[in-house]
Amino acid sequence: MNSTQVEPATTLAGLRAAKPERVTIVLLSGEMDKAMAAFIIATGAAAMGMQVTMFFTFWGLNVIRKPGATSAARDVLRKMFGWLNKGGAARLPISRFNFGGLGAAMMTKVMRDNRMPGVPELIDTAQDLGVTLIACTTTLGLLGLSKDTLIDGVDQLAGVSTYLAEAKDGSVNLFI
Amino acid sequence: MIESDVTLDTLGYFCPMPIILTSKKIKELATGQVLQVLSDDEGIKKDMPAWCQTTGHEWVGLEEEGADAKRVYRVFVRKAG
Repeated sequence: MNSTQVEPATTLAGLRAAKPERVTIVLLSGEMDKAMAAFIIATGAAAMGMQVTMFFTFWGLNVIRKPGATSAARDVLRKMFGWLNKGGAARLPISRFNFGGLGAAMMTKVMRDNRMPGVPELIDTAQDLGVTLIACTTTLGLLGLSKDTLIDGVDQLAGVSTYLAEAKDGSVNLFI
Repeated sequence: MIESDVTLDTLGYFCPMPIILTSKKIKELATGQVLQVLSDDEGIKKDMPAWCQTTGHEWVGLEEEGADAKRVYRVFVRKAG
């Protein structure tokens, strides 16, 4: 994984470099279309020299799960839930017309044929551009997941205070 | 015809790729040099001036050639210091 930090897009000394505009995005949804919207905004903002932090909670955690990573939960209920709740950026459903994955596969094909980046490529680009990815600890535990079930480069696990501390300085804060 | 020092081809790419590729490419230029970005995504007409406004690089202008599906946009950005 390339983790090169991209500096604010210019050397426009002083002001901007010292205090880049901040963007925070909460991704609660685990569908491909919503994850794409979140990552397109995140990568676009990073390319504009903004400092971007993404918070993943509930189904949004499925977007940053390692493909095939299994639940780390020891109790039966969460283990079962972790087994039902599959994740991985390359196998997300779409929020309408998914038809058991057929819709998502069709959309992925159309995107690939048109050279549109999918969610896995957008995640790589986001990491390449220095977007910070933060996973919510509470829901991680609730879904029976652990840090090892998440993709490499998830910068930290944190809670609501971290989100609020970032968001209060943000000029763009989105909840998807 | 606007003069440019470096050309970046983003033909066939959709938003957000032209802007992301531009933000990477502009680093290779010296201050004052002009980057020409080729795109067939109509969104570039508004996106690139917005990118310039936010990053501080100078919007130089736009040229269009071809019609309809074969339309190509050439946008020009001067690197700020």
